[in-house]
Amino acid sequence: MKQPPHGVLGAFRHVDAAADAIRSLKEMGYEDFTVYTPVPNHEIADAVGHKVSPVRLWTLFGGLAGVTSGFAMTLWMSYDYPIIVGGKPLGSIIPYVVIGFELMILIGALATLTGLVFHAWRGTRPAAFDPRFTDDHIGIFVPCPVERRPSVQQLLQSSGAEEVRVEG
Amino acid sequence: MATIAQPEQPQTRPTYAEITRDIAATLGSPSRGYYILFGFVLLVLACGVGALLYQVRYGLGVAGYTPPVMWGVYITTFVFWVGIAHSGTLISAILFLFRSAWRTAVYRTAEAMTVFAVLTAGLFPLIHVGRIWYAYWLIPYPNQRQLWVNFKSPLVWDVFAVTTYLTVSTLFLIVGLVPDVAAVRDKATGWRKKLYEITSLGWRGTDQQWRHYTRAYLYLAALATPLVLSVHSVVSWDFAMSIVPGWHTTIFAPYFVAGAIYSGVALVVTLLVPIRKVFKLQRYITVEHFENLSKLLLLTGMIVGYAYAVEYFIAWYSGNPYERASFYNRAFGEYWWATWTMILCNGALPFLLFFRKIRQSIPALFVLSLFVNLGMWFERFVIIVVSLSFEYEPYAMGHYTPSWVEWAILAGSFAWFFMWFLLFAKNFPTVSIAEVKEIIPMPRKKGTHA
Repeated sequence: MKQPPHGVLGAFRHVDAAADAIRSLKEMGYEDFTVYTPVPNHEIADAVGHKVSPVRLWTLFGGLAGVTSGFAMTLWMSYDYPIIVGGKPLGSIIPYVVIGFELMILIGALATLTGLVFHAWRGTRPAAFDPRFTDDHIGIFVPCPVERRPSVQQLLQSSGAEEVRVEG
Repeated sequence: MATIAQPEQPQTRPTYAEITRDIAATLGSPSRGYYILFGFVLLVLACGVGALLYQVRYGLGVAGYTPPVMWGVYITTFVFWVGIAHSGTLISAILFLFRSAWRTAVYRTAEAMTVFAVLTAGLFPLIHVGRIWYAYWLIPYPNQRQLWVNFKSPLVWDVFAVTTYLTVSTLFLIVGLVPDVAAVRDKATGWRKKLYEITSLGWRGTDQQWRHYTRAYLYLAALATPLVLSVHSVVSWDFAMSIVPGWHTTIFAPYFVAGAIYSGVALVVTLLVPIRKVFKLQRYITVEHFENLSKLLLLTGMIVGYAYAVEYFIAWYSGNPYERASFYNRAFGEYWWATWTMILCNGALPFLLFFRKIRQSIPALFVLSLFVNLGMWFERFVIIVVSLSFEYEPYAMGHYTPSWVEWAILAGSFAWFFMWFLLFAKNFPTVSIAEVKEIIPMPRKKGTHA
């Protein structure tokens, strides 16, 4: 069973205020906070300090696996039951490019989706949420013990949070 | 190009909350008119299904196939629907990679249309082969006879291309929908809330989720872009790889891709006009969006018109008597009416779009889009049926007239498409909430935007 989230949740209207709060939180040594935004935002991503997503590796290896399996399948099947069609060589690379290409796209896309699900939903920390965060507010949830809550509340408020509440 | 965030018209720029509210308002309980339309669509679909069952019971003889024309309305309609599917990916993936802001308000409709059009197209090869219960023979699978499919056949390439296209365009639609469904989830009540809770996959818009999501979306767009160009190229090779006069040309792949985008954009216009009106989305889907779509129509229409001219020129210039005869037959033979419908609708009418007044007139664009799609269906009919009916040997020439079964299945395919589209339009956002918001800067404290 998931533990209920314990910490402080702040709701922001302004993106620069939220980015300021994130930078201040990092200066204070917080790393495990969660930021919610209704749309992806570079300012927030820069403040949090994201590295490039590893999803690109899933795409790359998925695509390579697809193109390899496309050529391997067509060539192996052609030689497994050899029938000459239209006088063409058994293993005709040029027509097999189509199959290799389509499987590269197919497996590449499926791997991208798998990578997205794996990374974006894996190990999500229990964090308080508010429906306004998918609408027009930016949310920051900072998990922290009771004794540190006043300082976090103070930080979020002074950065310009519209509302700050304690969870758990 | 961006249409919503116009600095000189700050009063027209909606806030984030207004965007969620306005687009969420398009969902909810349907009106009486919706049910009447849906009922009509189901009725037409029932006629199509009835005709298909009749064909399954009595065999392909009930279709109008007459040697040498053994590809008729079914293959024509297959190519038509695959073509329709192309503009969705153009608008959602290619314009995304080009960072074209105006696509945000229209791409969801185009993308949904793509998925449902491929879903419709995929039925036709199965209907066409007659014994649909053997459709799995198209897939390479280990079997008792130890036979494999012939990978040198363009028809097998088609199987791979179309199934890949259906899978990838569906993934792209679903991935794009997730943040929007989460936004309407947080506004919905009752059974819809349950539906959106499940289909939003627990999306909350955390920094980590966006980090991976934006990358994944970019790569899916990058994969979908060459895919869309390949799919209709492969479909065109179904024809170009054979030695039928009128088919065996190198121009076919680009010619088909341009035609596909042309017909797809026309259907996007056909669908967006009623959606904009019924859902009261004039603030989001503006005249400028229609003008941009009509510029796409004009461009692709001119490529298609050019391809028609090149086909005739090469038929003459090649000196090949069979090519010349085939193209003379197209224009002045038994099917002259189909050819001239195609030339008028696709080659001549798009020139009207040079007039700004027409590009900005929504009723005029709506009517034009219907003509374009009529013309595009006839284009495929002309390429397939007319070329087959007039090959090399005069004693082997024939005339094909579609039977009522084929017309009923054709009508049923439109009903099948519109059934899915109507279900989608009332249950999922037809305009992307997250992407429309994205082109509007977030409010700033020290800032430029209130």
